[in-house]
Amino acid sequence: MTTTALPRTKSRLYRTEHRVALLFVALPLIGFALFTAFPLGYSIYASLTNMNGLGVQDWVGFDNYTRLLKDPYFWQAMGNTFFYMIGIPIGLVLSLVLALAMNRKMFGRSFFRAIYYVPVVSSLAAIAILWQWAFNGDFGLVNQMLGFFGIDGPNWLQDAAWSKPAIIIMSVWKGLGYSMLLYLAAIQSVPRSLYEAAAIDGANSWRQFWSITLPMVRPVTFFLVVTNIIGGAQIFTEINIMTPTGGPEWSTASIVWYIWQKAFKNLQMGYASSMAVVLGIIIFIVTLIQFRLNARNQVEVD
Amino acid sequence: MAMSRKSKYATGNIVVSILLALGGIIMVAPLVWMLSTSLKTKESVFALPPEWIPRPAQWENYLRVWEAGPLASGIANSMIVSFSVTIIGTIASTMAAFAFAKLRLPGKNAIFIGLLAGLMIPMPTLLIPQFIMFSTIGWVDTLLPLIIPGLFGNIMMIFFLRQYLASTPDSVIEAAKIDGAGYVRIFTTMILPLIRPAIAAQFILWFMAVWNDYIGPVIYLNSPEKMTLQLVIANFNAAYAIQTDYPLIMTASVIALVPIFAIFVAFQRQIIESVALTGTKG
Repeated sequence: MTTTALPRTKSRLYRTEHRVALLFVALPLIGFALFTAFPLGYSIYASLTNMNGLGVQDWVGFDNYTRLLKDPYFWQAMGNTFFYMIGIPIGLVLSLVLALAMNRKMFGRSFFRAIYYVPVVSSLAAIAILWQWAFNGDFGLVNQMLGFFGIDGPNWLQDAAWSKPAIIIMSVWKGLGYSMLLYLAAIQSVPRSLYEAAAIDGANSWRQFWSITLPMVRPVTFFLVVTNIIGGAQIFTEINIMTPTGGPEWSTASIVWYIWQKAFKNLQMGYASSMAVVLGIIIFIVTLIQFRLNARNQVEVD
Repeated sequence: MAMSRKSKYATGNIVVSILLALGGIIMVAPLVWMLSTSLKTKESVFALPPEWIPRPAQWENYLRVWEAGPLASGIANSMIVSFSVTIIGTIASTMAAFAFAKLRLPGKNAIFIGLLAGLMIPMPTLLIPQFIMFSTIGWVDTLLPLIIPGLFGNIMMIFFLRQYLASTPDSVIEAAKIDGAGYVRIFTTMILPLIRPAIAAQFILWFMAVWNDYIGPVIYLNSPEKMTLQLVIANFNAAYAIQTDYPLIMTASVIALVPIFAIFVAFQRQIIESVALTGTKG
């Protein structure tokens, strides 16, 4: 009614609404421009200079990029970071098993859920400090527990072969509760009728798991794989706290740790920026590939 | 037949409970051990076999830790950063979420997708330029670089509040407009009460994230009295490990964890529910 009778009032009302809406979204937009868009552009620019943060800032073209290709530390840091990702499938399988266990109607379920979630809310700094001590070769909790079973544990963080597994164990322990919680929510949202129909058709629980549960929780698996890879590629805090010098034979140094080291300890900000840009591109491509794979799988299911 | 299946399920429950309990022990053992270490003497840490309940408990560790490093100022700094970021940032995010969900603005969806795309840029790529920006204006070694960016809101929070608002009918808002209510009044009297639970949950999650942040402080802060709590305990770790004063390190870490555990215990249901939601929406 009003639209036909009062077109002019309406357009004025719309203009006011547009202005209010713009005002309401202004802060995040300014924040985005200042702290995301501009730094992104600046980062690419800085990667083409020999910036040191102290005034030197000469254009060097792609020198930083050719340098990193020949930098053995860059490749080792990349390799280490990639190695840590072994923890992702381990964590996902464990958390799915946990979620299945907690999906049963039984006593103490919410208690267990909270217990497994405690490491998730804990500060990573405190957890890294705790595990550094727990991995102590002689007096640490881990080796004392292993000793209980007659196993002579390694000197985890001082041993180039065991330092990365040590960090993976810690990461899995810390992240388990989060993945479990998401899986549990997904499992609980699967319609009961699907299982009932499958049971009537004579499918046993194993078969029901493979044919119903697993496909139904795939969106969560996808979400977790993507976020874990993005997060895992940026692993820093636990490395810097547990192995402040990059570990024995540089076995724990991650790519973000190396970028941080170069940028803020050696003040090679231009070079560090080039590594940060490469890391950004890699993460972007990996995410894109995963989205493509996921889209294709979705079609197959339909 | 029905009975046997029921009893089979009950037996299964017992087995699963035992396994979950064993797993639960693995989950809490390191934390209990941390607490136990914090109550030991420097020497009894190296006792073999280890003692889980230190006798006598060295409660004085919790007194001497305050003298051993800038723990008190660390807590104060962490509170300043966490509260200012989350309170102001939440207001900014909530207003933006309301506009993105309910107000007319040409191209708002494209703008919103642009903001979301920004999340794809990994934080390390932005750290160096941000550092150069803040050092140009002389903000290094102040809390400002940790506070200011957060005040502009949090895209993830906007995303979830917008989702939440999308399920509320537009007609209520249209009706209020016809009644002559201003946008600010619609926002404060209708929208805010409606999405308060979602705001609360997102606020708590964000608060914990800011409280636990380590990389921001480690880049910007140098002076001991400027450091946030996470940085203070990390420096405790580096400094006192040389003196093998593990009880003191663990005491400081326990103190750093206590506020978060308190929040978790108090808001457990909201935290768990809203996190579960992030997965299904994401």
